Amino acid sequence: MTAKLFGDDLKVMPMGKHYMPNSAHKEEMLREIGFESIEDLFSDVPKNVSYEFNLPEGKSEYEVFLEMNEMLGKNKTALEMPSFLGAGTYFHYVPAHVKYLIERSEFLTAYTPYQPEISQGMLQALFEYQSLIAELVGLEIVNASMYDWGTSLGEAARMSARFTRRNKFIVPKNLSPEKIKVLQTYVDGAGIEIEYVKWNEKGQMDLEELKEKVEGAAGVYIEMPNFFGLIEEEIKAVGEIAHDNNALFVVGVDPTSLGVLEAPGNYGADIVIGEAAFFGSPMNFGGPRAGIFAVKNDKKLVRQMPGRIIGMTKDVDGRRAFVMALQTREQHIRRAKATSNICSNEALVAVAAAIHIATLGPKGLAKLGEVILKNTAYFKKRMKEVGELPFEGINFKDVPVKFEVPYDAIHERLLERNIHGGFYLKPHFPELGESALFAVTETTRKEWIDALVDALKEIEGDAYV
Amino acid sequence: MPMFKQARWDEPLIFELGGRGRVSFTLPEAIEDIDVQIPEELKRGSLELPELSEPEVVKHYTRLSEMNYGVDSGIYPLGSCTMKYNPKINEELAGHPKVTYVHPYQDERTVQGALQVMWELEQWLKEVTGMDRFTLQPAAGANGEFTGVMIIRAYHLDRGDTKRDEIIVPDSAHGTNPASAAMAGFKVIEIPSNEQGMVDLEALRSAVSERTAGLMLTNPNTLGIFEEDILEIAKIVHDAGGLLYYDGANLNGILGKVRPGDMGFDVVHINLHKTFSTPHGGGGPGAGPVGVKDFLKDYLPVPVVEYDGEKYYLNYDLPKSIGKVKEFYGNFGVLVKALTYLKIMGRQGLKEASEIAVLNANYLGKKLKGTKGYELPHKELRKHEVVFSAEPMKRDTGVKALDVAKRLLDHGLHAPTIYFPLIVHEALMIEPTEGVTKEELDAYVDALKRISEEAYSNPELVKSAPHNTAVRRVDDVLATKRPVITWRMYRKLKEKGDIDI
Repeated sequence: MTAKLFGDDLKVMPMGKHYMPNSAHKEEMLREIGFESIEDLFSDVPKNVSYEFNLPEGKSEYEVFLEMNEMLGKNKTALEMPSFLGAGTYFHYVPAHVKYLIERSEFLTAYTPYQPEISQGMLQALFEYQSLIAELVGLEIVNASMYDWGTSLGEAARMSARFTRRNKFIVPKNLSPEKIKVLQTYVDGAGIEIEYVKWNEKGQMDLEELKEKVEGAAGVYIEMPNFFGLIEEEIKAVGEIAHDNNALFVVGVDPTSLGVLEAPGNYGADIVIGEAAFFGSPMNFGGPRAGIFAVKNDKKLVRQMPGRIIGMTKDVDGRRAFVMALQTREQHIRRAKATSNICSNEALVAVAAAIHIATLGPKGLAKLGEVILKNTAYFKKRMKEVGELPFEGINFKDVPVKFEVPYDAIHERLLERNIHGGFYLKPHFPELGESALFAVTETTRKEWIDALVDALKEIEGDAYV
Repeated sequence: MPMFKQARWDEPLIFELGGRGRVSFTLPEAIEDIDVQIPEELKRGSLELPELSEPEVVKHYTRLSEMNYGVDSGIYPLGSCTMKYNPKINEELAGHPKVTYVHPYQDERTVQGALQVMWELEQWLKEVTGMDRFTLQPAAGANGEFTGVMIIRAYHLDRGDTKRDEIIVPDSAHGTNPASAAMAGFKVIEIPSNEQGMVDLEALRSAVSERTAGLMLTNPNTLGIFEEDILEIAKIVHDAGGLLYYDGANLNGILGKVRPGDMGFDVVHINLHKTFSTPHGGGGPGAGPVGVKDFLKDYLPVPVVEYDGEKYYLNYDLPKSIGKVKEFYGNFGVLVKALTYLKIMGRQGLKEASEIAVLNANYLGKKLKGTKGYELPHKELRKHEVVFSAEPMKRDTGVKALDVAKRLLDHGLHAPTIYFPLIVHEALMIEPTEGVTKEELDAYVDALKRISEEAYSNPELVKSAPHNTAVRRVDDVLATKRPVITWRMYRKLKEKGDIDI
């Protein structure tokens, strides 16, 4: 083939042709199958509703690269501005090889592994994800991911109701506003009622109120650490109260804490949920993420579980192989009677989490947990110089800090100094007054904390506040 | 004989690799060595995890990837999945530090770029679908469906119309449709398709009533057939007081030709990981934005992104909102990829994508039609996909659609979607997309023809396929009968001698 290198052939064509090889063979292909024109292929579309897009013309890859760079450039990142935001999304460092590996296009550009023989790589990687999470949370059954922690919570409430045939689900009052909203939407159509249990003077679940509300509950949900970053010291008792009332005990965990904190399966959890994307994924302005969903190895529970599950089996030659298992719970088979409508999940995010966990290993996980605990302790020590810590106790990442002046004004002053403060709690928990939830992780630098404390001291003396 | 051979590494589980004392992590030391005492009963006892060095981790997952097949490996014509090419520029931009190192709760002034991405994407999607407002929050198609039916529910309830507890779906619908409707608390009414493979208008007329909340429909439908009576369908549903929901899984068949909004749909979800080129990642992440007509915009999930001419901001002030269906604002990284694609394609490119996708599907359909063993039920003109039936082959030779699918793998060709839609027996649902060459289409047809010859001459060869993949035919019945879901379970069975794998 010889291409003409001058004249009309070089006129700019509609963009996107570089993604569609047969754009160059339209006439020939149409002729071969007996059509006159492309329009004939659309003769079934009613003419009175046909429509021409009023959209910009396509652009070259370079122009779009420039445009997107300019747009994204308006963001300020945690690398450019010390940030103390947490509240359910944390700045962790993800080792470079994790991104490199999940961008292998055999993983990245595959569909759900409907043909197991040619998709063993993804299936095994997901089986390993399930297995690694199982070790962390101490339960035997884990699915291949939900959309995020919040949707895992919604599904856990629904599953508890199906399992116990009860319609009340108990959660702590100090729950992230994101999760509260997702949970409410998820249970709305199922007629499940959410009951909130207040926190006590230690910022942990109030057991007396739990006892009053637990009767007839399908499930009792608690987080470890809780939304205030506090370790729930009486979590075992919470589980016992749930079980004494034949409710399921549902625990939400930050998996990065499980190198130092006990596996929830070892203190009686029936269902464990959490955010897998704290491993392996950057913050991404909140998504993609991946919800952990694990249950006890109990046939009746497993039957009620939502989501895709990968199982180990063998091929006709007796070799080890992996395949989607227990599919009769799922929408493509059970349709309206499925345990959930979920189809696409967050497979690649789960694999990233698995690679990160495998990279850390037992020692890395313990070390990560320890560094976060110690950094949080240092942060608390310094923050006492400039604010009040409403709750004593052990914090992991998140720490509420209370100020004497309106926090939104403090936030402004911090931002002027190129520091991003914490998450303003007052709009969601007015009883906490002028408080904000600050967070640190293994990525937080001493200089950042010191700069924050210095800035807060300066601001205190500032006449504007 | 097919020449394809997939890598067969017999790669152990990661738990079976490594060695004591090896590490692949590096972490900064704690800022200060403060002693933090965790109560004894809440302290981690042990962690049964593998210990590996970084090269081992990298080799393990590289080998696993070599036992997987993606769009970049070859044709991947899964029907209803739109496995089109995933441009690499999308990945580069989504991996930009200005995307990855941004926290969702940052002050709006520090995330103007991210909000602009969302706002601009919404403007594109509005014009592409003919809807008035979008939420970008849903993480996937099914999450979008749930959002959409919750909006329909909220709308009826808000008007005091409390009797509408039924959602109608055709028997050709994706399984997620009835599942999503049920999740929102609706009763699902299934109606049959007619001989042409389209909605049976009479069945629809007798199904609608004052209890009808809405109809969920995909157009082109799962047979790849455009519902020609769509305007009449819309009228029947609207006259009964119901709303029309568009499942956008098949939007790639009509871009730039006709818009869901103009066909009478009130609520739409689209799959950015199908029509708008973001990769599927082996099952996700995707993104399933939902668009609505103006009269439904107050029910959208919070927040929506607004632009006041100077700055972008998040608006939580929607008192009638259904709430949230996912944390934060959706799969933001996926949104970046979709916007990149839209900007490169533009008006003409999007339209051309549908034209070529439809040309490819019809080309493949025509070329394969008449081959012994396969039949093409329903009408011939298709949009983005074509559904054959291997029923004659099964009847004549005992070779089923499943066997055909497995034999295709031996050629290094991904199988079509099989046994769906449910209304076609032994279905082979083929969606080539616009991303493949004519040669790939010809090779696919040739392979299907060769398999037909094999089925009639040497059926065992097809029934025992695949032979050239990392493993041979997988026993999925065993996987469900004796579930082994995790290493924990496996280890226990192994210790008891109850497992031989």
